[in-house]
Amino acid sequence: MARLTINGKSSEVNVDPNTPLLWALREQVGLTGTKYGCGVALCGACTVHLDGRAVRSCVTPVSTAVGKQITTIEGLAANGVLHKVQKAWVDNEVPQCGYCQAGMIMAVAALLKDKPKPTDADIDGSITNICRCGTFQQVREAIHAAAKA
Amino acid sequence: MITRDLKIGRRSFVIGSAAAGAGLALGLKIPFGAGVVRAQDGSPEINAWIVVRPDDTVVIRIARSEMGQGTLTGLAQMAAEELECDWSKVTTEYPTPGQSVARKRVWGNFSTGGSRGIRESNEYVRKGGASARVMLVQAAADGWKVPASECSAANSVITHKPTGRTTTYGKVAEAAAKLTPPADVPLKDPKEWKIIGKSVKRLDTIDKVTGAQVYGADLKLPGMLNATIKECPVFGGKVKSFEADKIKSMPGVRHVVKVGETAVAVVADTWWQAKTALDALPIAWDEGPNAKVTSASIAETLKSGLDADQAFVRTQVGDVKAAIAGAAKKVEAVYAYPFLNHAPMEPMNATAKYTADKCEVWVPTQNGEAAFAATLAASGLPAEKCEVYKINLGGGFGRRGAFHDYVTQAVLIAKQVPGTPVKLLWTREEDMVQGRYHPVMQAKLTGGLDASGNLVGLHLRLSGQSILAAVFPQNLQDGRDNATFQGLDPSGDFTLGYTVPNLLIDHAMRNTHVPPGFWRGVNINQNAIFLECFMDELAKAAGQDALEFRRKLMTKHPKHLAVLNAVADRAGWGKPAPQGVHRGLAHMMAFGSYVAACAEVSVTGDKVKVRRIVCATDPGHAVNPAQIERQIAGSFVYGLSAVFMEECTVKDGRIEQTNFNSFDSMRIAQMPKVESIIMPSGGFWGGVGEPTICVAAPAVLNAYFNATGKRIRTFPLKNHGIQMV
Repeated sequence: MARLTINGKSSEVNVDPNTPLLWALREQVGLTGTKYGCGVALCGACTVHLDGRAVRSCVTPVSTAVGKQITTIEGLAANGVLHKVQKAWVDNEVPQCGYCQAGMIMAVAALLKDKPKPTDADIDGSITNICRCGTFQQVREAIHAAAKA
Repeated sequence: MITRDLKIGRRSFVIGSAAAGAGLALGLKIPFGAGVVRAQDGSPEINAWIVVRPDDTVVIRIARSEMGQGTLTGLAQMAAEELECDWSKVTTEYPTPGQSVARKRVWGNFSTGGSRGIRESNEYVRKGGASARVMLVQAAADGWKVPASECSAANSVITHKPTGRTTTYGKVAEAAAKLTPPADVPLKDPKEWKIIGKSVKRLDTIDKVTGAQVYGADLKLPGMLNATIKECPVFGGKVKSFEADKIKSMPGVRHVVKVGETAVAVVADTWWQAKTALDALPIAWDEGPNAKVTSASIAETLKSGLDADQAFVRTQVGDVKAAIAGAAKKVEAVYAYPFLNHAPMEPMNATAKYTADKCEVWVPTQNGEAAFAATLAASGLPAEKCEVYKINLGGGFGRRGAFHDYVTQAVLIAKQVPGTPVKLLWTREEDMVQGRYHPVMQAKLTGGLDASGNLVGLHLRLSGQSILAAVFPQNLQDGRDNATFQGLDPSGDFTLGYTVPNLLIDHAMRNTHVPPGFWRGVNINQNAIFLECFMDELAKAAGQDALEFRRKLMTKHPKHLAVLNAVADRAGWGKPAPQGVHRGLAHMMAFGSYVAACAEVSVTGDKVKVRRIVCATDPGHAVNPAQIERQIAGSFVYGLSAVFMEECTVKDGRIEQTNFNSFDSMRIAQMPKVESIIMPSGGFWGGVGEPTICVAAPAVLNAYFNATGKRIRTFPLKNHGIQMV
């Protein structure tokens, strides 16, 4: 049993504290926007924010997240208004199958918090998510668009 | 109006749609005698493709699957174009395979592969829209008691031209639905298209950026249990025994079940519990006859085919042996292409609920009807007692089309837990070792040049695996697998773009125990590398420019030549490249489209930077250019990931790669700038999702040669110490 703060709300999750945050979010809280892709922090589909920093929730034990602010893709929009990264994603029609995009968006949102105007090198260095549909060209354009917004 | 529920029943739809959120709200009633077919919300169906609601919303039914390639939006554009409806009021829904069977396959083929989604169904989908328009206009005319010929339709508004009276589709839909459909309707001339050919926005974007989109892996049904599975890692092996008692007391574990003869699954309250328990389950395998097979033994088998006397001949022109024997110069090269896993981001999954009276399956699939067939076979129930609900796919790439092994497994598990829905989700590790792999292939190419450097003879011998022999043996032609020759065919959708006076193209079939599958692009991936890299080898031997050497062989292939010229012009072929930048070319015809690429790379030691790729495609008609651009760039990621860093190797009969650490994939840092030239020449319908994938790799390999003088003929490049940066 653990108490988590997810998207500003407190939730009780009935799991072993070693359970990855990913599965607590998906199976206990019902937030399935955060995806399972590899289970070993290689692909980034499970990216969420812990106190504003991007982490891969598939290898983050629930115990690590206790007492921290957890933000998932479902909590990125504020008061029904899309986050600027989500907006740029819609405007640039980034998603193809879309499965990796929640993790990609969360990684980019964290990047823009650190570096509001990232260079291509900044993007290359910090966005390491896998997208098998190959949306990277649109991802890059959308990051720059979001940075200008 | 007397209606009765379609056999599949309304209740099941309510369960499905409530559970899966949006996207499954399709419920149909068929008329009892004469009458109107209605959608679940009561809106009238004008025909099987088109439902119009009173508020003028148009629901377009889409039989093919949307797995990222934009098929859903493209097909909706087709119907909307002829319907003359307001695009802003278009929405879509998937009919189910069970409904299709009950209605005599009114929606045609559900298969979404082979880049066929739009090109094979465009005509009947457009006719669906056109027929509905005629009926809506007729209904308005009847209401006004005027001839339909005096009325026109645009943007969902019908106008009586002489009087200027107007009405809307929503207002006349009830009346239109009662009319007899026209026997035949002419389709618009492409010059009149207003929606087809426009880069309208995709209809399915918003839920993908908010986390709201429900994929198969996300499905939740009331009372559902979760399962994960291990199948014998050696293909052809079986379960010998497993010690269920060792894990039965672990948290959440409900059942430990054998699945068929080959697999064991754990069913638990949550997936994480099922996975944790399965990891701890001791399983003994009967590994069967393939337990000693290795990549090296497979390669030896293929090598034996390179010079074998027996081979299936696809093309034979002139006398190749004599031409090469008499040539001034002989060039020979052997290439090899590895097994590849599809590795879509969403691992395989399916959810099944079984009772003696009903088997329902929820599954992300490229082919709803094939999933339905798997459901029937595994459940043992007749079609009227089965249903499949298509859920959004987290990528397909061919893995979720011809193969529904995960559906079979889910049903076999559900049968052991009757009445309870069970979601089976594979681990990434299971997904990696239980693939349907891109076939392995070797090729020996032998060319003869005359004293002037003209290609007088070419023998392309393929040796390797046949997909059809393993998957659709009924499609072999006298034992020959014509799909093996994609891109090398004498005519059709995969026509070779060269005329060679003496030409032999043949295939020594060498099958392996590793199950092959259709992997985005299928056999053009390796065929384009073999052919287009060897063309550069021949040009070099002839002392000629790679483009000029090709052009001489392409005079009878103007559409191939047009795309090749387009990329050469745009990239500046023949003009000096920036310092340290080297170019390479490739072209092909595949899935009905003509494609070409010019790649620019720079090489520093073992590090290769693919800086820019100019790509041209002539798909006949370009339905949504913005989406075609995305398919070009996306296909390059899939194809270049493979050639640089991916292979599945075999040891002890099993696949060695188990996750993205050993089966890597490109990241954004490695993405070249992709420039697309979309040049539809009209008059035919070519595919989009796959064709361009095949030209990126040979163009890059030719550029790499031009940079280094090194010709790489076995893949992936990482095996040569070459790194993509």
